[in-house]
Amino acid sequence: MLRFILRRIFFEAVPTLLVLVTVTFFLIRLAPGGPFSSEMNVPPEVKAAIEAKYRMDQSLPMQYLGYLADLAQGDLGPSFKYKDFTVNELVNKAVPVSFKLGIAAFIIALIFGVCAGVAAALKQNTWIDYSVMGVAMIGVVLPNFVLAPMLALVFAVWLKILPAGGWEGGQFTFMVLPVAVLCKHYISVIARITRGSMIEVLGSQFIRTARAKGLPMHYILRRHALKPALLPVVSYLGPAFVGIITGSVVVETFFGIPGIGQLFINGALNRDYSMVLGLTILIGTLMITFNAIVDILYGFIDPRIRIK
Amino acid sequence: MRDFLKTSLVAIALALTLNAQAADVPPGTKLHAMQHIVIGNGAEPATIDPARVEGRPESNLTVELFEGLVTQDANGKVMGGVAEKWESKDGGKVWVFTLRKNAKWSDGSAVTASDFEYGFKRNVDPKTASYYSWYLGKASNVLNATAIVEGKKPPSELGIKAINDTTLQITLEHPVAYLVSTLIHGSLMPQPRKVIEKFGDKWTDPANIVGNGPFKLAERVVNERIVMVKNPHYWNNAKTVIEQVTFLPIVNQSAEYQRYRANAIDMTEDGGVPADLLSQIRKEIPDEIALWPQLGSYYYNYNFKLKIFEDVRVRKALSLAINRDVITKQILNTGEVSAYGMTPDIADGYKPIVNDWQKLSQSEREAQAKQLLLDAGYNAGHPLKFPLLYNTNEQHKKVALAIAAMWKRLGAVEVELVNQEWKTFLDSRNRGDFVLTRGAWVADYNEASTMIDVFHSKHGSNDGKYNNPKYDEIIDKAKITLDAGERTKLYQAAEQILAQDFPAIYLYHYSNRRLIKPWVKGYGRNPLGRIQARDLYIVAH
Repeated sequence: MLRFILRRIFFEAVPTLLVLVTVTFFLIRLAPGGPFSSEMNVPPEVKAAIEAKYRMDQSLPMQYLGYLADLAQGDLGPSFKYKDFTVNELVNKAVPVSFKLGIAAFIIALIFGVCAGVAAALKQNTWIDYSVMGVAMIGVVLPNFVLAPMLALVFAVWLKILPAGGWEGGQFTFMVLPVAVLCKHYISVIARITRGSMIEVLGSQFIRTARAKGLPMHYILRRHALKPALLPVVSYLGPAFVGIITGSVVVETFFGIPGIGQLFINGALNRDYSMVLGLTILIGTLMITFNAIVDILYGFIDPRIRIK
Repeated sequence: MRDFLKTSLVAIALALTLNAQAADVPPGTKLHAMQHIVIGNGAEPATIDPARVEGRPESNLTVELFEGLVTQDANGKVMGGVAEKWESKDGGKVWVFTLRKNAKWSDGSAVTASDFEYGFKRNVDPKTASYYSWYLGKASNVLNATAIVEGKKPPSELGIKAINDTTLQITLEHPVAYLVSTLIHGSLMPQPRKVIEKFGDKWTDPANIVGNGPFKLAERVVNERIVMVKNPHYWNNAKTVIEQVTFLPIVNQSAEYQRYRANAIDMTEDGGVPADLLSQIRKEIPDEIALWPQLGSYYYNYNFKLKIFEDVRVRKALSLAINRDVITKQILNTGEVSAYGMTPDIADGYKPIVNDWQKLSQSEREAQAKQLLLDAGYNAGHPLKFPLLYNTNEQHKKVALAIAAMWKRLGAVEVELVNQEWKTFLDSRNRGDFVLTRGAWVADYNEASTMIDVFHSKHGSNDGKYNNPKYDEIIDKAKITLDAGERTKLYQAAEQILAQDFPAIYLYHYSNRRLIKPWVKGYGRNPLGRIQARDLYIVAH
């Protein structure tokens, strides 16, 4: 196991991240306009002074090497846009917010998604199945930027029972609407995956054998069917977890939540090079980590897959 | 000259008698128990360091946390801030400000003239990397400011000197009559030297920052909120009614609107009236829309580096063919005013001119436009073809579509609409990679020069690179003209040139527009759009 982890880190994670950093570093600089272009066209001397402060007066390879040197020490540099903060400070403050929001949405998505999927599979082609899949379909196609204002209108403006936005350190009432919007897509996807794989498992030989033995259905489900049926769900969970934490751009922007989604979108729009790079590294690292965790989990769920 | 002296004397008198740097609550008003206000701020501020402000999201905050030599009352009138009075010497070349003795920093220490000297020098020091470092030189014309920004002189050579703790002397490159108006800028604040030198870039942390404004920073969560509370050491604190101000950086206007409707915001950001919801807003909360004219203009710039618009007849035809009232009254309909020149009528020190072509009816203008295009050699068989570039935005698109339709009626114009994402657009515009492009300018201070200067050949935001030595000469002369009447005549002469040369197509003058809850009182109609919490109060509701 230790060898597996070490191999993962040194032969896969580090080179992948290095490629990611390099590609992002140069790609973001290819985007037209720079961090310091503004509507008011500042005189060239002023622009030069600003660029010098952020090492942008050096050649591109020098900037790159300088960035790598800082990165090796865990320093993501100053934010090019938010002058009062370094990227480390901003990310450190935003990560717990996105994690809190993401984990809440993730747990809800997992519980509701799996339950709905199993129910639909057991009652295949009945009204239960149709309504679960119908709602799931709506969940997949209904965009967050439509759902978020709709929920805010109903619960905040009309009913006045929940806030229309804000975070307030993650108080419960402030989390309800964002979590609802955020988990919607994942409930739908997890329900669909669970249903499909459960139907397949239920039709397999070993389940038929179990039923022939006269075992009760709930026992078969728990003991034999659930584990293999969840395999595809588990493989989806790794990327989904990272996605739910980092991909809440619309939710964070609409509800004014100070997480990494807002930092990312503003970073890209402002051409805040160091911010975009820092967040790319963070998300890359999360992605690699969670994929590795999923690989390990696989072994526990399915004895056929064991890491050598 | 005599006029000038008279106005300076009046200014001094006003500074002495008026004392309106605070909420002016009429007697008998029943105030709400909680004087907390939540205000939309648009974007997240890049900084709260006055030396490094970039635009409105920052200066909205610096004017609450700091107070400059002068400030504005609720209606935008310039009045004393930390400076109690001022006078000019040497015919307007040297200005002496007397600071009030009771001005204090939020740590209780006195605000002195050296704090201004330090702050202004820090602004122009290239090491500070300030966006507005050009301002003291180009707008206020302070001695050596431009040379310092260009790295030709050290910051110590700036024309500012603390004579003693309460006397500050500012020396200019040449006499400027409206100097005091320029000093209201959100970057021109005293700066706490000790704190800045101790904490460096971290001096703006809520734990470190020291200000001299009516409010002090209590909390800052990037992308969520900025909370300020009353500064007990502010010299006029007894008159401040609001106890706590929260600024919310919400870029998405419909999100801001929902929170406003849910009563979580008392006043939206400047411009915070979502256009796509306008009819709903007018129906449901008509009394909560606050609209008043803004010192700003929206126009299309011709690229003078290209041959296509060399012929003034073509530029004139394109301008005449546009029915501006359709744009302001039917498309935008939020208090904008049709523009026939660069300077809005409301600018201080300006009396509007009426162009010859402005007197014509729209159908006469169109007929003339058709003829001009024909004369220039364009017709249905050989149309004038060009792209129009704007930044991606629904409003800009609507305006551009309407204008394209108006041009189409001429029968000899084919325009292609091109939109680009904001930074991409700025890049294209700054590099001159456009044929016709959207431009806009909003005043930094209330005087015609801030507007009309944009078409000076040396102005940084003269994006079309219009270059008319005669125009430059008039503007340069206006800058050093002390007599207000003379100066107005020069501004009119400059506008007259714009009306003949058509360096751009002026479309409309902006409006200030916000949604404001009925319980918020004390705001005025500041043409610069600035509303300060210091002036506000909340009535019982």
